[in-house]
Amino acid sequence: MNTLSAGRKVLLLLAVPVLLVAAWWAATADSTDFFWPPLSQIVGTFGETWFTGRFTADVLPSLARLLVGYLVAVALGVGLGTAIGSSRTLRGLLEPVLEFFRAIPSPVLVPILMLFAGIGNEMKVLVIVSGCVWPVLLNAVEGVRALDEVLRDTARCYRLRPHSRLVHLVLRGASPQIAAGARQALSIGIILMVISEMFAASNGVGFTIIQFQRSFAIPQMWTGIIMLGLIGIALSVIFRAAEARLLSWYTGLRMSQREG
Amino acid sequence: MTTAPIGAAARPESSTTMLDVRNLKKVYEGRGRSVEAVRDLTFTIASGELVCIVGPSGAGKTTLLRCVAGLLDSTAGEVVLEGERVTGPPPGMAVVFQEYGRSLFPWMTVRQNVELPLKEKKVPKAERQRLVREALEAVGLADAQGAHPWQLSGGMQQRVAIARAVAYEPHLLLMDEPFAAVDAQTRADLEDLVRSLWKRLGVTVLFVTHDIDESVYLGQRVIVLSDSPTVVLEEVTIDLPDERDQLVTRSLPRFAELRAHVYELIQQAKGGHRPAS
Repeated sequence: MNTLSAGRKVLLLLAVPVLLVAAWWAATADSTDFFWPPLSQIVGTFGETWFTGRFTADVLPSLARLLVGYLVAVALGVGLGTAIGSSRTLRGLLEPVLEFFRAIPSPVLVPILMLFAGIGNEMKVLVIVSGCVWPVLLNAVEGVRALDEVLRDTARCYRLRPHSRLVHLVLRGASPQIAAGARQALSIGIILMVISEMFAASNGVGFTIIQFQRSFAIPQMWTGIIMLGLIGIALSVIFRAAEARLLSWYTGLRMSQREG
Repeated sequence: MTTAPIGAAARPESSTTMLDVRNLKKVYEGRGRSVEAVRDLTFTIASGELVCIVGPSGAGKTTLLRCVAGLLDSTAGEVVLEGERVTGPPPGMAVVFQEYGRSLFPWMTVRQNVELPLKEKKVPKAERQRLVREALEAVGLADAQGAHPWQLSGGMQQRVAIARAVAYEPHLLLMDEPFAAVDAQTRADLEDLVRSLWKRLGVTVLFVTHDIDESVYLGQRVIVLSDSPTVVLEEVTIDLPDERDQLVTRSLPRFAELRAHVYELIQQAKGGHRPAS
């Protein structure tokens, strides 16, 4: 029964992707269009395009910049968000400004950041930070604000010191919201990783895709896009695994509330 | 009225004051209007006493308790605990809230919930483990240590909150309508649990409730509050045998008398009756 339902789950999960790939395969099978090469050809060049040096030369640098930018953004977002969420004064002062900055699409910051930070890794990391920080920050503010009153009172009654209050009450209590923000930030991060490399770069996945396009290496260009998709899936799987571990209490709590 | 029961002999008849509430007044200031929740409350509780506070709904019971707990500043008057004026949550106090589901940390196990306040008190590890184990055994939850609160029933969650309070070794235990949200059978069990813990540990208990039967069954003394703005209507001494039993005690004629008396007082309170001052 259990293995059957697990099998069904996998089948349901893969049904649409398999159908889409099959449709793509069939539609382009005898394509002679230069810009729409057959999928078989794209898949054929995938291995040699990416696993003969480009993985370490381009994919890893991209991922490293994404990781650094993302982690800085999460740390910054949680830190500032917790401070803002805990203080009514700070909230009143900063909320309009935050809304303004949040509304600016980060890609437009690339040319500006290039002026200040050059075209090196710093600029790309900064672009990623500038885009990823907002969902984390705003969700952290909300999460901290929404902490349960009774739980706050309990922490006060048992005289939790500020440090334990922060660790055991505020951050844990806001963690479901923070995780929701971090999940949004991850997809923004991938987009910005690519965009920052398209402007000015000497390596990276985004840079490579642009290079292929400019040199009319169309099947290779398509493999780059597939590569990005695969990176996105891999990161999301890792994120979900970490989330499931850290927030198992939250899942359990929600399920028990639904039953009760 | 009857012969002194066995339990009473062990309890020293000390008259040191644990809690002293003097002319407590609380006015909530709102936009353009202020609400006087508590007008003038004065009462004392001796060390080792179990006192119930009962009043009609909306009598400012929770306001009073929050002032005593140091969670709320009073407008006038003062709360003195063990000779020290309360300005914030004092060290020798623990509170059990009505909303058990919201007062336990859902991301911690039962054990961690009970242990956290002890860690904050810097109790050494071995001592801490002993206190946690004993407290959980005392409330009958020794097997649930590794569970999360939301995996337990409502009554069990409130037991965890009680264990946490007991392990903290407070001098004063405040309970704010702790059993209002559990079913009747569980409530009876928990009432007996509070009585037995109080006897064993010698802790002073201030138990706030809206349930007249509960207040008479549990307390040595019942403080009846008036309607809001609140004053003390009457302090009723509960001269029932110290050994209380859900069946025996509740069927005593004296229990019925006391219950009727408190009931009348509450009815008067609802009618707006106030003591002549």
